[in-house]
Amino acid sequence: MKRLPVLAFLVWVCALFYVGIFLFVGGFLLVRLEVNRTSTCEDVLLPSSAGSGSDFCHAQPRFRRAVVLIIDALKADFARYDPSNLSPRPYENKLPVLDELVASRPAHGRLFTFQADPPTTTMQRIKGFTTGSLPTFIDVGNNFASSAILEDNLIHQLGQAGKRVVFMGDDTWENLFPKKFHRSLPFPSFNVKDLHTVDNGILQHIYPTMKGDDWDVLIAHFLGVDHCGHRYGPDHPAMADKLTQMNGVIRSVVEHLQNDTLLVVMGDHGMTDTGDHGGESPKETEAALFLYSPSPLFPAPETKADPTVVPQTDLVPTLALLLGVPIPYSSVGQVLLPLFPLPGQAEGQGGGPDRAEALWINVKQVNRFLETYSSMAKDIPPDRLSELQAAFARVSAAYLSALHQGEPASPELIRSMQAYLSSVRDTCRASWARFHPVKMAAGLVLLAGACLLCYVLSELSSAVLAEGGVLRAPLVVGLCVAGCVAVAQLSSQGYVDVHWCLAAAAASSEVLFLWRNCRRSNRSSSSSQKGRVAPPRLLSAALVVLLLRCASLLSDSYVIAEGRAVTFLLCSLGLYVPLRLNWDGLLLPPPAPDSQKPPGALPGLPAWVVRREGAALCLSLCVLVGSLYLSLAMHACREEQGGTCQPSPFLSPLARVQDSRLRNMHYLLSVAALAGWTHLLYRWLRHYGNLNSPGVAVVAARWLLPGAAVLTGLHWAVGSAPEDAFRGLAELIRLAQSALPRAACAVLGLGAALLWLDPLTVFLKHRAPAGPHRAASAPPPPPSYRASIGISPQAELHHLIPQLYQRIRRSLEDGPAEGGAGEDGRPAVEAYGLGTVYSAPLLLFAGLLGLGLLLLHPESMAPAFLLLLLEAAALLHIHAACSTLYSQQGDYSKAFSVPWAPVVLWSLAATQFFHATGHLPTFPSLQWGAAFVGFPDGHTGTLLPATLVTLNTFSAHILFAVACPLLLFWPLVCEVRWNRSGRSGGGEESEDVIMEMRLRENPQQFSSALLQLAVRYLLVSGAQVLASVCAAAVLRRHLMVWQVFAPKLMFEASGFVVGSVCLLLGVTLILRVDMAVSGWFKRLLPDTSR
Amino acid sequence: MWDTEIRGMASAHAIIASSIFMATILPAILLEKFSVYGSHLVWLYSVAGSVAVVNIAVFWLLGISPPTKRHTLSHKVSKLVRSCLYFLLSCLFFHTVVVLYGAPLLESALETFSLAVLLSTMTTLRCLCMLGPNVQAWIRVFSRDGAMSVWDTSLQITTGCSVLGAWLGAFPIPLDWDRPWQVWPISCTLGSTVGFLTGLLVAPVWIHWHRKQLIYKSK
Ligand SMILES: [Zn+2]
Ligand SMILES: [Zn+2]
Repeated sequence: MKRLPVLAFLVWVCALFYVGIFLFVGGFLLVRLEVNRTSTCEDVLLPSSAGSGSDFCHAQPRFRRAVVLIIDALKADFARYDPSNLSPRPYENKLPVLDELVASRPAHGRLFTFQADPPTTTMQRIKGFTTGSLPTFIDVGNNFASSAILEDNLIHQLGQAGKRVVFMGDDTWENLFPKKFHRSLPFPSFNVKDLHTVDNGILQHIYPTMKGDDWDVLIAHFLGVDHCGHRYGPDHPAMADKLTQMNGVIRSVVEHLQNDTLLVVMGDHGMTDTGDHGGESPKETEAALFLYSPSPLFPAPETKADPTVVPQTDLVPTLALLLGVPIPYSSVGQVLLPLFPLPGQAEGQGGGPDRAEALWINVKQVNRFLETYSSMAKDIPPDRLSELQAAFARVSAAYLSALHQGEPASPELIRSMQAYLSSVRDTCRASWARFHPVKMAAGLVLLAGACLLCYVLSELSSAVLAEGGVLRAPLVVGLCVAGCVAVAQLSSQGYVDVHWCLAAAAASSEVLFLWRNCRRSNRSSSSSQKGRVAPPRLLSAALVVLLLRCASLLSDSYVIAEGRAVTFLLCSLGLYVPLRLNWDGLLLPPPAPDSQKPPGALPGLPAWVVRREGAALCLSLCVLVGSLYLSLAMHACREEQGGTCQPSPFLSPLARVQDSRLRNMHYLLSVAALAGWTHLLYRWLRHYGNLNSPGVAVVAARWLLPGAAVLTGLHWAVGSAPEDAFRGLAELIRLAQSALPRAACAVLGLGAALLWLDPLTVFLKHRAPAGPHRAASAPPPPPSYRASIGISPQAELHHLIPQLYQRIRRSLEDGPAEGGAGEDGRPAVEAYGLGTVYSAPLLLFAGLLGLGLLLLHPESMAPAFLLLLLEAAALLHIHAACSTLYSQQGDYSKAFSVPWAPVVLWSLAATQFFHATGHLPTFPSLQWGAAFVGFPDGHTGTLLPATLVTLNTFSAHILFAVACPLLLFWPLVCEVRWNRSGRSGGGEESEDVIMEMRLRENPQQFSSALLQLAVRYLLVSGAQVLASVCAAAVLRRHLMVWQVFAPKLMFEASGFVVGSVCLLLGVTLILRVDMAVSGWFKRLLPDTSR
Repeated sequence: MWDTEIRGMASAHAIIASSIFMATILPAILLEKFSVYGSHLVWLYSVAGSVAVVNIAVFWLLGISPPTKRHTLSHKVSKLVRSCLYFLLSCLFFHTVVVLYGAPLLESALETFSLAVLLSTMTTLRCLCMLGPNVQAWIRVFSRDGAMSVWDTSLQITTGCSVLGAWLGAFPIPLDWDRPWQVWPISCTLGSTVGFLTGLLVAPVWIHWHRKQLIYKSK
């Protein structure tokens, strides 16, 4: 069989898809240029005639010091106090101190709603309220690898102005602002299970620091509330404890404050009802902001005109001017006016600018940024830009003339300055959502081309493989073109844009390949039918379902309801199969044979075989539909689905379940599912005689698989124990929490490695020889060995392939072997498990992989994995029964070719189990807990947790992709079911029971069928990527694009990448097995035929 | 002979179709506060009832049902009982299938069951009328070469169209248009009714068009 060409074709096709995705994503995801200039004290922002002096850094600031308490995920609701609410929820009315301060000293403190820009992740928010700039979509991914902020920011400005900034709390800050702090006490933030380390660390140090005098700005970032939300959700007693603790912290910090100090208490974002955040729903974006000072902070009493909702960007200019430092260069925020004195009132308020001055500084700074930015990047529309410049000219003329006449600025002027600032921010917000249409179009075209190529390749797989060397020319041309483009770019622009080089390479190689095939098929169309693209049977059901699935990706409603939509389609296609078979008259045995028809005219099956296959089909269908239905109970809920959707109770980790009986039930269910998973795999392998071989692969099946399952069960037991139940054993539990999953992973890894090392699961049994026999290679095992396996005589009958050796000998016809062992007509060698020599290692590998992936999920998800196994088995059996039944029609020549319907079913099942394992195509629903399996104390690097979360997210894609080649083998594996019994009827020849050895007899067809199957799977998944890419491109100005389509595109594309890599892995394993089988035959033949 | 058969079928179909319209219009005149969406179940059962009655009457009058070998009373009674049983089973079957497709299990179970009743009326009842309570014959009819008369072909077409209509009717449910007909199971019942009507209309036309290709084996 041609191993390398198959792999080369697949890698090439995958690479084409990757380039298309890369190109599109590069043009689609928002980019904002970072302006790397910084404001300085020398910036003349105030006109020189103003009384406060030209260099305002040295002027007396309004506040000398500030304490910033950031309580992560302090939702706006948490901070409100409603005395009439007599039975508050755990998160309500827990911060009475804010209300007391506001009520008793209204001029000193005020509570606002702090409006966060999405994405509401902590790092993005810290960036937002220190730089005053707006985030872009692509930054979301940086939350793992938080890197230093390069743009001008508040911390930098404070340092420049000589303020000593002391930081304590969430270590994200330390990564964002390395070496910027006078003193910093970072605590690890990544472990969401840890509610107290960060907070207690801060509490230890905050009061001594405040009493000391070596600080000007103190930033403390508490994480307890956020982690409590992630762990338990807001509606949990732990949240009440945490908020009460925060209440105490605020109270005592207020007591420690001095008159020249400003206190800021704020949340960086809110949280949903499940305690997560990241999206843009009001619950996530609305945080609390509380400003307080022992000296009067708000010069005027509160009026209706004062804002109650403050955008987060506005904090930057406000704090900067209150503390007397320049506003960071790239800030587009607007000063919070109520904090500044009215014009003419300033004298009584210490230092600092009044409202008009503050706004003027702000307007100048924003205008300067706008000028710099528009000279660097061209993404702000020119007409909008000139409008803004005209507005600035008007405002500045009005302000300067008022200043020269010595009048205080009029309210209209203040309003027009505010209007200018707001319109700049809106313009920036609109134009930073910009796209690169050419790249997007190129990516789209490349993806469509890759899909077309997949189709052509799947139709021509045998011809293409037979020819050999077809791939060489496209690859060479692609490389050359890429080189040319790179050189051209270097000479014309001076730098190389990787996007276009890759695009050119991919496109040229693709076009060349398609063109050559087109020409060849034209040439050969007259001579022979082979090597020609057969006209597709349009509108077959599988195609319709695939089209519906792709169309559903273009509608936000269907993307939101994706889990159910996919289940619906899967169910429909599954139920269509028997209806179609019945329509073709193949489901039921044909009516009693007509007497006039000669028997054997049709290659029909015996009636009882048809009946049995039909029953197997219906049974598998029931299993399929049943597992589909049950798996609906495992779905999570999207924010957009609202109250109609109840998230599955299986989703939360067991430690969160408070009712101990329920917890035990869940645990037992999970362990039962785990045992079921292991047992089914074990049973299957034993049934087909794959557990007898002396090879190491069997060790993996016999010992490592159950061993890993036991370790997983133990890990769950330890992990689900409530924390305070075994205080004495805390250390031990901690150790077990890290050691058990690591051990399980090691065992699984060892199993996989052994499998790759020696994937053969074949056991040779030599019969008592009639002639002289050399028992050198494999001595016959002692009888006790066989008994201990528990192989029944029946199973033994099933799975030896006795005639195999004879066949091979006959075909090879080596001369001196004439007087061999098989003279008496009985085979000399029996090979157990040879019939499933390909599928057994693959199945075992998938089983080991599945256990590993299950380990990364919440414990209660184990039933979902069992359902996955059942559904996959049902799909395989449906496919096998169908191909047996269709073989009545007589087109058995294309025996190995897998039709579209099972491939579409298989791919849909992967998507379906993405949802049925509790995942959703949204970023907040990522299961971060997966990163802590085996690492309860968090990580130092970012690669490992990112890998773990990826594995967790795409586990369904991974499993189905790895197991995809099983579709090719299953009809052969199931062949024995009727054929062997046919022999007992006497008519059939036992030679037919050779199962997967058929593939070895036709290596050419084997390789082409394998290539075809893999390419079809790639096409079906690639078509879905193409559809979501189209959705993102066409609907890029849609209201829901950042909420629905862009995340869906990211998930679909990543799922495709992960899935295709795993498909390659599965195919490689098959090729590895094939190599091993070849070697085995080579060893076997000379040895026994001597 | 062809023409008379097709003409007879066309008129029978026209009667059934007009009965559906009557079942929609009459209650609207007679009953207060009747609307297809608002009092959906009333409409549904009125349509189902009228289709059932008209179907039974038409097929009894035309004498399409298979000739019975025995004419004893007990035989007829047992056939009637079996027919009722099959109808009930088919309702349960459709209910199960619809639930497996994702319909809510407990809440609005009555609505789901009503949809199953409607579907059974449009499919199983016609099977019962034409083929009698004989599952073997039903399965035989729904294969490519299984039709033995124009009536069998029309049965294939109407049944397929009704089921397909109900299937298509599920599509608009997730859309966020907030229309009254998106409420479960209105779109599905409307879909299956429309599908059934289409089937009634299409069947004679299609058979007329393909009369050359249709060759029926004698029983
Ligand atoms: Zn946060
Ligand atoms: Zn968080």
